[in-house]
Amino acid sequence: MSARLPKGGRLIDRNFPQHFSFNGRPMMGYAGDTLASALLANDQMLMGRSFKYHRPRGVVGSGAEEPNALLTLGEGADIEPNQRATQTELFGGLQARSQNHWPSLNFDIGILNNYAARFLPAGFYYKTFIHPRAAWKHVFEPIIRQSAGLGPAPTQGDRDHYEQAYAFCDVLVVGGGIAGLQAALAAATAGATVILLEQSPHWGGRAPVDGDVINGQDAADWVHETLSALRAMPNVTLRSRCTAVGVYDHGYILAGERLGDHAPSTATPRQRLWRIRAARTVTATGAIERGLSFAGNDIPGVMLASALRDYVVNYAVSAGDRTVLVTNNDDAYLTAIALHKAGLAVPVIVDARTELTGELPAAAAALGLRIVTGRGIARVLGGKRVTGVEICLAAGEGAVLETIACDCVAMSGGFSPVVHLYSHCGGKLIWDEAGAMFRPDPNRPPTGADGAPMVLAAGAANGHLSADAALADGAAVGISAAKDTGHKAKAPKPARAQTRNEGALLPIWIMPQAAPIQLRAKMWLDYQNDVKVSDVQLAAREGYESVEHTKRYTTLGMATDQGKLSNINGLAVLADSLHRDIPAVGTTTFRPPYTPITLGTLAGEARGDIFQPLRRTPIHAAHEAAAAYFEPVGLWRRPYCFPRLGENHAQAVTREVKNTRANVGLLDASTLGKIIVKGPDAGKFLDMLYTGVMSTLPVGKCRYGLMCNEQGFLSDDGVVARLSEDTFLCHTTSGGADRIHAWMEDWLQCEWWDWQVYTANVTEAYAQIAVVGPKARDVLNALGGMDVSREALPFMGWLDGTLGGIPVRIYRISFSGELSYEIATPAGHGMALWNALCAAGADHGMMPYGTEALHVMRAEKGFIMIGDETDGTVIPQDLNLGWAISKKKADYLGKRGQMRTYLASDTRWKLAGFETLDGSVIPDGAYIVADGENANGQRNTQGRVTSTYFSPTLGRGIAMGLIRGGLDRMGDVVQFNTVQGGTIAAKVVDPVFYDKEGTRQDV
Amino acid sequence: MSNLMPVSSLGGAQHTGYTRIREIGPMGMISLRAKPDVAGLSAAIKAVTGCDLPAPRQILRAGDALAGWMSPDEYLLIIPHSDVPTALQKLAQDLAGQHHLAVDVSGARAMFAIEGPAASVLTKLSPTDFAALGPSELRRTRLAQVAAAFWLEGDGATVVCFASVARYVFDLLCHAATPGSEIS
Repeated sequence: MSARLPKGGRLIDRNFPQHFSFNGRPMMGYAGDTLASALLANDQMLMGRSFKYHRPRGVVGSGAEEPNALLTLGEGADIEPNQRATQTELFGGLQARSQNHWPSLNFDIGILNNYAARFLPAGFYYKTFIHPRAAWKHVFEPIIRQSAGLGPAPTQGDRDHYEQAYAFCDVLVVGGGIAGLQAALAAATAGATVILLEQSPHWGGRAPVDGDVINGQDAADWVHETLSALRAMPNVTLRSRCTAVGVYDHGYILAGERLGDHAPSTATPRQRLWRIRAARTVTATGAIERGLSFAGNDIPGVMLASALRDYVVNYAVSAGDRTVLVTNNDDAYLTAIALHKAGLAVPVIVDARTELTGELPAAAAALGLRIVTGRGIARVLGGKRVTGVEICLAAGEGAVLETIACDCVAMSGGFSPVVHLYSHCGGKLIWDEAGAMFRPDPNRPPTGADGAPMVLAAGAANGHLSADAALADGAAVGISAAKDTGHKAKAPKPARAQTRNEGALLPIWIMPQAAPIQLRAKMWLDYQNDVKVSDVQLAAREGYESVEHTKRYTTLGMATDQGKLSNINGLAVLADSLHRDIPAVGTTTFRPPYTPITLGTLAGEARGDIFQPLRRTPIHAAHEAAAAYFEPVGLWRRPYCFPRLGENHAQAVTREVKNTRANVGLLDASTLGKIIVKGPDAGKFLDMLYTGVMSTLPVGKCRYGLMCNEQGFLSDDGVVARLSEDTFLCHTTSGGADRIHAWMEDWLQCEWWDWQVYTANVTEAYAQIAVVGPKARDVLNALGGMDVSREALPFMGWLDGTLGGIPVRIYRISFSGELSYEIATPAGHGMALWNALCAAGADHGMMPYGTEALHVMRAEKGFIMIGDETDGTVIPQDLNLGWAISKKKADYLGKRGQMRTYLASDTRWKLAGFETLDGSVIPDGAYIVADGENANGQRNTQGRVTSTYFSPTLGRGIAMGLIRGGLDRMGDVVQFNTVQGGTIAAKVVDPVFYDKEGTRQDV
Repeated sequence: MSNLMPVSSLGGAQHTGYTRIREIGPMGMISLRAKPDVAGLSAAIKAVTGCDLPAPRQILRAGDALAGWMSPDEYLLIIPHSDVPTALQKLAQDLAGQHHLAVDVSGARAMFAIEGPAASVLTKLSPTDFAALGPSELRRTRLAQVAAAFWLEGDGATVVCFASVARYVFDLLCHAATPGSEIS
């Protein structure tokens, strides 16, 4: 059984017990525990079930590499699935649940898959569920989805909040082990600004656990000293609990910082995403131990040797009383020695090598530990827990020489440098024969914008596994990074660590070497996804030669741990099966994130009220107070209508339209784009931008204009007012203001840079209110201050003045066909003007109206709307707007485009009005059907609807649309399709349905 | 008319987190577009703000007035709101005959004061390298999803954004200033 040792544990504090629960069972750990160490301390080795065969799974590792101990944390709104117990810090009140089992962790029905494992080989799903096609969607997929999956997805909103932050530095050092500390110290001493990140809460990495001696003192003391030195430097920032998860182009690094995971609170952010720009990144990310492939290596109790050492030394937790160590290298002997020192039994050390020359095996032997060489493990005995091992010849077929009872197996197949971050941006690897590992190729690093190496690996991550070599490398890389960023200083003396005489590692990929299929089918490579040695070998036999294809066929390395344990072992087996060298097979691609980060951190602050910017006019509060129903217009929120008690939206719109036509309406038009264009060449400039002539517009007058892009397609429209000889004010559509302003600046800065024109986007400087309807003049007169008679302010004129004491500029323009004044006032007076107008209009039956009434009224008048009648493929001529295109001008933007044969063709669909025969409303998006079918068997079309409304003024459905032949088709009856099937008959009519002569607006 | 006072976007909203966030205003703001070599530009800016012609990326203060460099041919003049009409007249006189554009953008902008360690708040919202930011530097940047500009004075800062997103920016700043989330 696993248990807490009576003393020791460098990271735990026994004075602070922490109570938590696992599957509802109360348990106790200590401050400083990880969830995994606390579970082990409570004899909870079984922590989950595997993905495919639902085999029982115990913890294997002690860090980011852990594939098995994935738990669901929390309840309700705080639930979070798939959390690695090995990296989850224990806190009081933590609730953890195991996953992927039914009905319970101990008794799981899915284990039946395990007994059918020989019928569920690699590629089983691909091969089996192909036919019949329909069965996939309706039978196979639902069943597979039911049985697969890890933790449950949350069903409630996340109560926590998150944030992001930006940081900049010369040198970013990732990894707070001894190499990272040394690199940071070297770079910072040289004067570089340094950020040092460590994913765990503790600094120093493996060195203190492994008992390294640095500069003649314990590694832990050196770490402490170095940290103090770094903290004292103003150019150094240290962040623990902060994992760099991705390296991107131009030295951009994402890192997730855990602020509250270990001390939950909803008052402060739970996590923070760091977005770092670093001139150089040093990856001192260490190395991860590999397992060994022997039969039964997935039975709970089989663990990495280094992890076992971590649990004993850091947390005073023993995973078992009797541990058999199996290894192909010297490093693992540290575990045997640590266990022995902790008073635990190590009945035998099984070493695959035949000759042992290093210091550590000698030290273990001197402690009286039994070592057998040239041996391996034939099979691990046990089900939910290891009960023993069968020992065989490492080079043989697995004949059992000896059976040894034990409850734990520590395995070590050597170390793999963590090359993920180094590889994200294209860093290449080389195969190190001596270490049997891929390490960064110094000749092919990822390069930055300057063509120089952008990411530098250091220490164990660079293949320097011994403490002394890691320190030397850290110092060298730190100095090099500082030099790269323009800092010169003499190199500080790097720290030195005691060295050991180590025997060579013997690469072992299958144990025993000539294991038969019965054993190979029980050798796990990928614990989480249940990929075994036999699966990779099967893939190779079936022709999967590329490691990328094998990965996807077998799912090797595709689980949440992304193959941190399994990749190298898997590709070595593949190489062996293909009779190729390991470097010839290569690795799969390393992609961000190194470890998963929450969607919450990626969203950052962008949720709730600040999910996205919401633009409000100066009068917005009045609309809210009037309980307006809002619609999004770009990022603006505009009132769609102002429903009164008991009214639905359609009824409100009808009332607003009728009242505006009969009395007077009020519209907040502040969102309308307003761009000042000034300069000696302003007229010339606008003549190029608009299809019509603006330079001849008299001061004090307004003119409607169209803007096209270079292709000739209609882009925006609006009324231009000439404010003075050299100054114009261009109104744009609400959604077009920023785009058109940028369009103007683009032409002025890039093409016509010698024209003397300045622009300013003053859209938000003014509130603009339209007073519309036959009684509009009465309302303005009631406010007083300006003569707004037809003589003083004629249609398409503008006038400055004050209304009711408020400074205004009034434009006599109409988008409704009624007598209409658009009144602009400085934004700070917008609300005052709105309120004043409401008060003055009360006696005249004035009501505010929203965007829908605006749309209906403009459609009744046959006015086009950018975005309804246009979609980027429509030219002004299509909309019968030829009158707004100057024939005299030499050029305007779009002129050349409109001359192309396709756009000049008379077969184009052109604007017309439509009246349904039965008075109904044509559905949005309906097409006008034509005879016959096209090459794809689809019904031919001859046009489509662009605007369609119920007209309260006319009491029936009206529409505008594009139809082949346009107004030449007047009187024809055509058929619009409907989604339900069937068609609606409509007559082609003039698109101006109301007051064609324009008498109402010009009074 | 003299008693008609303009209102700022949020009516002077305030919030106290680990810094204080306070809407300032209504402020007078003039966007002045002209090339720096325009004759009389320096004197015109001086006459209106008391400030010298700001160098690229610089913002200068003289009493309540500021003059900032926005782009190679754009300056931002910040003056008391009631001074804007006379300032515009003065600029028109002083720059008569010179190609320029001076326009009142007071209502188009909102301003916030961050009182306290402002860099710690702004670094959560803006990709700005504060170590490289000069003491009188006007940084045009973004705050989360919208355009903004700011400058530091002491450990505080003044933020300028568009009026329509004043509420969004205020809420952003308040969220970033959540007590307990200070960035060291």
